[in-house]
Amino acid sequence: MVWKVAKGILIALALVFFLLPIYWIVATSFKQWPDIFAIPPKFVFRGTLVHYLTLFNIRPEEAAKFGQVGKSLFPPRFLNSIVIAGVSTVLSVALGTFSAYAFSRFRVRGENDLLFFILSTRMLPPIVVGIPFFVVYRALGLIDTHIGLILLYMTFNLSFAVWLMKGFIDEIPREFEEAAMVDGYTRFEAFFKVILPQALSGIAATAVFCLIAAWNEFFFALILTSEKARTAPPSIAAIQGTSGINWGQIAAGVTVFLLPVVVFTFLVRKYLARGLTFGVIKR
Amino acid sequence: MAEVVLRDVEKRFGKIQALRGMTLEVRDGEFLVLLGPTGAGKTTTLRIVSGLEEPDRGDVFIDGVRMNGVAPRDRNCAFVFQNYILYPHLTVYDNLAFPLRSKLWRTEEGEIRKRIEHVARVLKIEHLLQRKPDKLSGGEQQRVALGRAMVRNPRIFLMDEPLSNLDAKLREEMRVELKSLQKNLGATFFFVTHDHVEAMTLGDRVAVLNQGVLQQVGTPEEVYEYPANVFVARFVGNPEMNFLEGFPEGGKLYLGDLALALDLEKVWKGREVLPSRVLVGIRPENILLGQGGTVGEVYLVEDLGADKIVRLRVGETLLRVRVPKEAEFSVGEKVPYLLVHEKLLFFDPITEKRLG
Repeated sequence: MVWKVAKGILIALALVFFLLPIYWIVATSFKQWPDIFAIPPKFVFRGTLVHYLTLFNIRPEEAAKFGQVGKSLFPPRFLNSIVIAGVSTVLSVALGTFSAYAFSRFRVRGENDLLFFILSTRMLPPIVVGIPFFVVYRALGLIDTHIGLILLYMTFNLSFAVWLMKGFIDEIPREFEEAAMVDGYTRFEAFFKVILPQALSGIAATAVFCLIAAWNEFFFALILTSEKARTAPPSIAAIQGTSGINWGQIAAGVTVFLLPVVVFTFLVRKYLARGLTFGVIKR
Repeated sequence: MAEVVLRDVEKRFGKIQALRGMTLEVRDGEFLVLLGPTGAGKTTTLRIVSGLEEPDRGDVFIDGVRMNGVAPRDRNCAFVFQNYILYPHLTVYDNLAFPLRSKLWRTEEGEIRKRIEHVARVLKIEHLLQRKPDKLSGGEQQRVALGRAMVRNPRIFLMDEPLSNLDAKLREEMRVELKSLQKNLGATFFFVTHDHVEAMTLGDRVAVLNQGVLQQVGTPEEVYEYPANVFVARFVGNPEMNFLEGFPEGGKLYLGDLALALDLEKVWKGREVLPSRVLVGIRPENILLGQGGTVGEVYLVEDLGADKIVRLRVGETLLRVRVPKEAEFSVGEKVPYLLVHEKLLFFDPITEKRLG
């Protein structure tokens, strides 16, 4: 009984700890300008949609009040984020799954060294390679292009995808594709018909991690893009008008920015819960 | 329906030599059981026949056609795995239809339904067709795995310990069903097991394998009555055969362990001259208690239900003796015993091969 109550309190504390910042941002996005700065903070307030409306250029005349010059840049950059994070996630997961299958099933020469090499690309703080990347990207004409960021995020996520997917595929006995191969299928067909359906939960888990990493990435987006391919994170941070930082619009931008990841995670949560525990248990 | 021939097959996995010079023939329409302990190379043999592994050396023939390098799907074998390996995301019906929906065996859906209904009737799994594999018991999964092998009428059924995951009672039932299924289909079954009872009851012929080397091939009777070497003699039969040191000399066979001398011409019918030291084997049922002139002391009585095993101490040696369940012996009792002369087997103590 005591334990139950204690457990309840602990869970409540954890929830407050994790959810309060999110509540704060969401609440701020609906607050009128003076309420945003009120001390003590107002938990009951008259809501407004003005920050969203200006964010999406629906009521541009309101934007001028907050000192915004010209149109809000959020919509095209939000779209950039969706395209870049989405495509890089699909590519990382697809390539990662194939590579993981190969590592899992075939005797690859120097397998452990290769896997370590793949993992080692994660050991460097990305900021260390920021300037080399900038130089190389400029030489290749990849600065401020969608493909540039997609390639970059894919590279960073691939190591993660390979390792995670290898764990999941190792868990699927090889007899599954062997049964299919004896029964008239090629290895390729067997992979798609038998292994892939069983790896779905692992793929979902990997995809969520890759998506979140690519979606949240700030540093490279900031230094490698300027206009055309700029994603939402550096762009939200830069929302300010002539009269100072536009906190209301930043909060609205962050709230909108949170939504896709939340929705995607909910969509795959059935696989995710299984996937997160499944890969951990080694036989 | 097919015959399989393995000739001088060698297979090595890293440091482990899985098969050494394996030569074996599975005849058309026969139930051949490959028997051996864990790590003997049984599964490797099946995998080589199916094409899932390629031999390092040697040839595999199915129906006289050399199969080396032929993809598994082009061999028209069916493989039943130890863990059944039913596809968890498909219903039983779709599992059964799976081979027939491959590009290779592409069959029209109406025909697929007919075949599945037939197979399901034979295996008594009609009521399970819409279920997912995780909703099936072990025995039911076993039947579905068999069904998936049957639907496309393969040339040969390769079975890797398919009964070992079932509980004892179900295993016995499935044994009977498997045997009658093989008779009715007239199909060639190549069956792997480590259970000698399974091998003896199922096999038309039994091939005994140890450490990658084929020890003996023969009918269950041949393997039991005339084991080719000490390994086969020990591995087949439960409880194990008794082994004694024997010294043939001057028309007598001296069994040192028992301090016994038998007339050599009564126990040795072979023509060849026995070496000066031999290993003499005798099965527990070929020692009779209550007869004969020498005595042993009852050390332990194990009641197996249908019969009993008496451990009889003679000098320093413990003999395993099978007696009928009605027989009453108490520990410490002195009992006369007799070795059935014609049933003694002689083995060379160095090569361990049976003599005669």
